[in-house]
Amino acid sequence: MAGIEVTALHKRYPDGTVAVDHVDLSIGDGELFVMLGPSGCGKTTTLRAIAGLERQTTGDIRIGDTLVNDLPPAERDIAMVFQFYALYPHLRTRDNLAFPLRAEGLPKAEVRERVDEAARLMRLGPLLDRRPRRLSGGEQQRVALARALVRRPRAFLMDEPLTNLDAELRADMRTEIKHLQGELGTTMVYVTHDQVEAMSLGHRIAILNKGRVEQIGTPLEVYDRPASLFCAAFIGSPPMNLIEVEVADGKLRSKGGLVLTPPPGLPRDRCLVAGVRPEALEVTEPGAERSVPARVVSAEWLGDEIIYVVDHGGQRDVRVRMPPTVRFAADAPVGLRHTGGTPAVYDVSTEELVA
Amino acid sequence: MAVSVDEAVPTGPVRDHTPPARRFGGRGRSVLEIALLTVLAVVMLFPVLWMIETSIKENRDVYAIPAKFFDFTVTLDHFKDVFIASGGRSALSVSFLNSVVVAGVSTVLATVLGVPAAWAYSRFAVKAKKDQLFFILSTRFMPPVVVVIPIFLMYRQVGLIDTKLGLILIYTAFNVPFTIWMMKGFVDEVPAEYEDAAMLDGYTRLQAFWRFTLPLLVPGIAATAVFALIFSWNEFVFAIFLTSSDDVRTAPPAIAGLIGGTTVDWGLVAAASVVFALPVLAFAYLVRKHLIAGVTLGAVRR
Repeated sequence: MAGIEVTALHKRYPDGTVAVDHVDLSIGDGELFVMLGPSGCGKTTTLRAIAGLERQTTGDIRIGDTLVNDLPPAERDIAMVFQFYALYPHLRTRDNLAFPLRAEGLPKAEVRERVDEAARLMRLGPLLDRRPRRLSGGEQQRVALARALVRRPRAFLMDEPLTNLDAELRADMRTEIKHLQGELGTTMVYVTHDQVEAMSLGHRIAILNKGRVEQIGTPLEVYDRPASLFCAAFIGSPPMNLIEVEVADGKLRSKGGLVLTPPPGLPRDRCLVAGVRPEALEVTEPGAERSVPARVVSAEWLGDEIIYVVDHGGQRDVRVRMPPTVRFAADAPVGLRHTGGTPAVYDVSTEELVA
Repeated sequence: MAVSVDEAVPTGPVRDHTPPARRFGGRGRSVLEIALLTVLAVVMLFPVLWMIETSIKENRDVYAIPAKFFDFTVTLDHFKDVFIASGGRSALSVSFLNSVVVAGVSTVLATVLGVPAAWAYSRFAVKAKKDQLFFILSTRFMPPVVVVIPIFLMYRQVGLIDTKLGLILIYTAFNVPFTIWMMKGFVDEVPAEYEDAAMLDGYTRLQAFWRFTLPLLVPGIAATAVFALIFSWNEFVFAIFLTSSDDVRTAPPAIAGLIGGTTVDWGLVAAASVVFALPVLAFAYLVRKHLIAGVTLGAVRR
């Protein structure tokens, strides 16, 4: 087991595309580290560079104490699980699992022992004599995980391993992966574009955008204080409301009259935006205490909650999360009340968190 | 606006679509269909049928007026004449052998060169990849006749005129672009992750290609090779311009050479044509499964 250090990683393809602009990561030993971002943000390229499947243009990668820049993938002592499983189609499950071990030249008895152990961990017993095409998607993915396990690598690299599974199976596998990683204590780098996966799995999350790291933090840190407008808009469903505010009389005031507590150390003379989570707002009867006038634009009935979209001071996309018992009709005049704590505040020009 | 996170997820299990029942038509429609198809089949197959008939007719039946469709004497003399001339092998049989060598070698060369190139274009980020691929394809835009004169002049300079090697090279050059384009489609269909996984398991990139990707490409290679073979086998323009002696000529110009002069031995022409057509038919029949796989594979998203 080992931590992974990525320093000033830069990857430029021969055709001129910059896939990774500048990435620094310090992944701890035994950590489940998630790289999250939209497609094309450089997360997969970074992972493939760690695996040795891509050669970075500049920058260093260390696994444990070893500088692995010039090592081929096989000598980096890592295992990778792919989105398309990549099980060898002509081999039975048993042989797929044994394949990397035989490639290493381990004695037969040990190969069998390790295959059996991995099969037991992933509950593959009845599937051992089948070929990949006779396995379902979920089963293939379990075999792919087991094939990574048998290597007993220093780190696991996961490239969107659950994307091709249907929703229910994905939730199960998520639990399984998290449990497995906890049990084995092996460092895991997990790439996904799914924020739910990232939030539920990661010890820490790195949010990538356009080949750069926007923020690294625990799921709660990332959720509570997104480091940039990009993170604010990316994390959360629905995402944070970004409300234009001015500083006046020691308070943050929006155009529609909403008053928020300013965080300390706020710069005065800049265009500011406050990030307010939908659950930090409340739709009330018009004229309720501490509320400001607003109007319901639409309501999304999700069963366990209602997302109200309200018009507040000309901003027509303020989203509010309410329990399903509170009901207002579309177009109804309502009150809008802030119930959360100090909001995160962003500078419009730099798009970064200022306080 | 939040970035949608579920876009890459397939929606639910795919239901088994049974073909919808035919909505209208019934008997009248199917009779019409069969009639039209029969007419089409007769129009398409009649020349072939006539060729086969002529090849087994005696000469007086060949030239009989009105033409005899059914009532003629069957003979295999024409086929004998294709292979045997007085005092040994006929010139035609030599040209058939030349065709086998030229088409076979050029197809193998085009495959050996084209498949790895297709793999490279599919897997690697190559500078100006699209332009390169377009350039490769563009060599096939014009008909061979357009370049045959310059090629003739060049070949005369380097001494490739009237050699089998010359034909092999030109056919290979014409088949490589086709092989690259067709094989690239097949390689694109094989997930690159197989090679990635193999490399993580301790193989080099080339070993990964050889051991995992190549076996999955066999149907595609077979289909591509058959097309390349048919092109080389049937090629006429280069063959007639670049070769002249009987030792070197391939079958198409040799058969064409039978027509002309004062009399035409149509029986011999027909028999030679049948012999010429058979190998391609047989080969296409043998690999028909792969051909169908080859034609449909590219159309299906994985």
